[in-house]
Amino acid sequence: MAVKDIKQDGPPRTVPIQSATFSNPINAEIRRAAATGIYDIRGGGAKRKVPHFDDLLFLGASMSRYPLEGYRERCDTSVTLGTRFAKKPITLDIPVTIAGMSFGALSGRAKEALGRGASEAGTSTTTGDGGMTPEERGHSKTLVYQYLPSRYGMNPDDLRKADAIEVVVGQGAKPGGGGMLLGQKISDRVADMRNLPKGIDQRSACRHPDWTGPDDLEIKILELREITAWEKPIYVKVGGTRPYYDTALAVKAGADVVVLDGMQGGTAATQDVFIEHVGLPTLACIRPAVQALQDLGVHREVQLIVSGGIRTGADVAKAMALGADAVAIGTAALIALGDNDPKWEAEYQALGTTTGAYDDWHEGRDPAGITTQDPELQMRLDPVDAGRRLRNYLKVMTLEAQTIARACGHNSLHNLEPEDLCALTMEAAAMARVPLAGTEWWPGKPGTGF
Amino acid sequence: MQTYDLEAEGLRGLNSALQAQTAETNQTSWEIVNPRGSHAVAVGLDAPIEVTVKGSTGYYTAGMNKQATIHVEGSAGPGVAENMMSGIVVIDGDASQYAGATGHGGTLVIKGNASSRCGISMKGIDIVVHGNVGHMSAFMAQSGNLVVCGDAGDALGDSIYEARLFVRGSVKSLGADCIEKEMRPEHIEILRDLLEKGGCDAKPEEFKRYGSARQLYNFKIDNAY
Ligand SMILES: Cc1cc2nc3c(=O)[nH]c(=O)nc-3n(C[C@H](O)[C@H](O)[C@H](O)COP(=O)(O)O)c2cc1C
Repeated sequence: MAVKDIKQDGPPRTVPIQSATFSNPINAEIRRAAATGIYDIRGGGAKRKVPHFDDLLFLGASMSRYPLEGYRERCDTSVTLGTRFAKKPITLDIPVTIAGMSFGALSGRAKEALGRGASEAGTSTTTGDGGMTPEERGHSKTLVYQYLPSRYGMNPDDLRKADAIEVVVGQGAKPGGGGMLLGQKISDRVADMRNLPKGIDQRSACRHPDWTGPDDLEIKILELREITAWEKPIYVKVGGTRPYYDTALAVKAGADVVVLDGMQGGTAATQDVFIEHVGLPTLACIRPAVQALQDLGVHREVQLIVSGGIRTGADVAKAMALGADAVAIGTAALIALGDNDPKWEAEYQALGTTTGAYDDWHEGRDPAGITTQDPELQMRLDPVDAGRRLRNYLKVMTLEAQTIARACGHNSLHNLEPEDLCALTMEAAAMARVPLAGTEWWPGKPGTGF
Repeated sequence: MQTYDLEAEGLRGLNSALQAQTAETNQTSWEIVNPRGSHAVAVGLDAPIEVTVKGSTGYYTAGMNKQATIHVEGSAGPGVAENMMSGIVVIDGDASQYAGATGHGGTLVIKGNASSRCGISMKGIDIVVHGNVGHMSAFMAQSGNLVVCGDAGDALGDSIYEARLFVRGSVKSLGADCIEKEMRPEHIEILRDLLEKGGCDAKPEEFKRYGSARQLYNFKIDNAY
């Protein structure tokens, strides 16, 4: 029998324990900052785990509600946007739209693919910082033109070519921040569209140059309507921070549609500290915004589009059950086109990253050829194939949302309601204002003393 | 000459009548009476017509103008000639904040003073101010020329790119990355032309030129503000 010889093995030791506070990724970031003297810039949205749609469940039909037959019974998916003031509201076949992503951040071919896929699926695409390209206008049946603080490429002709106008106040990834497009991505064409020298880091201002606050915005919207003969729906896009007040003020300023983007929302390039630490999770934004619309008596008259971390038909259905009229997707659309595809794993490794984690979109070396202006890399994306993948994905999301709506007994996605939902966690219950699963209660429920 | 009574006939009618004009129109001369500080007067025009506004206007007068010559016989509110593409806008009085903001082309002449942020984010427009400009003028100015015959306020040309700034009087302070630059003969010529277009009798030699030190063009930690 072997007897442990204390002299030989030494006394029992503690195992090495990693600090939860000073974790390896944190320490690596401290070393990186110390070595380079520059904050980390990346693309994408918040990577940390926050309460999200995954924390909600649908209840489905039961004795008190009866379901509709899948595939057979009608379940309407169309949505009309801009019914408040615009002479020409737009109607989309599905309530999933493509969010604004700039030419500059994305290649012209990627913009074309977005236009193709969205048009085939019966929905809209949106321009971005950097103006409208002919590829995008040509391939998008319904195109929303963003009116951004930078006003890069802004001109009245493109404004009139658009089907709707989106005044961008903020983005969920960086509410209160402007944009950036680093020199590596400033090709001749991008530089020319933005009236700036090639190869310099371009900063997009964080606030509009010619208006501040909702009183000015009201007059700005009047001007945009006068220039476009009151035809186009005017959206106001805000990052999720104070959703009740921002929604109310957007309505006051005369918006037809409010676009609300939560902190998981993607961006082309921003400081990591901004992406991870500023703004509210999408889930926390929707009910306050809907409450503002209801308090002003304009819920459904002013439409609400929600974005930030929408991935599946379940997410679509949950956002709509909480009161949204439609959703917008950015990151998911890029993934459908081919972003972060495992087939490029060797190249991701060479860039020091891996499939699913690649977020250096600002560097312009995207192996998938999407977030780049490099002439060779761009050619890797076939806009027709990629457009078809996006179309398929949009159709699947819509079918999934319909599946859930029918199971809950609704003949339209717009009839989904908070009563169809329960929450898995206290946090999600409080944010979504739906009962914790198996109870009648949520934190903050009126009359419950909390 | 077409005369339009803005108070009696309304803004929508005015802008749709002016926007309907084309290069072939024979209604080339318009007079707007009773503007009474209205916003968005004569916006989105796209024809070589002449519009005279008999009085003062509110926000965004002549916004996004193309081709037209618009003359305000009074003062103009914030954002006059914002995002102008081409044409000429002349303000006899003073202009409020953000005059000529993000303008891509054309000429804006302000015979009085301009307030803060004149020429903010300008992208090719020429702006000639007979009087002074307020603080943060030419902020993030990308291209075009800003001529100030009087004085400039604080932080002139902050974060400026390639726009040229010419100031005859004093500059209270320069913004980040904006420096005084040498007036070379070609700049004297450019300025002479601008002064003539703007109807100023000042001499180009009396001005100093300011522009970008180009230190913020690519991010370096030691240049961060
Ligand atoms: C590559 C990329 C570029 C973007 N560019 C813009 C832009 O130019 N303007 C804007 O308002 N939002 C921009 N966004 C944000 C999207 O419009 C949208 O708010 C966000 O992507 C939605 O969240 P999701 O990515 O989780 O779907 C961009 C997002 C991405 C991923």
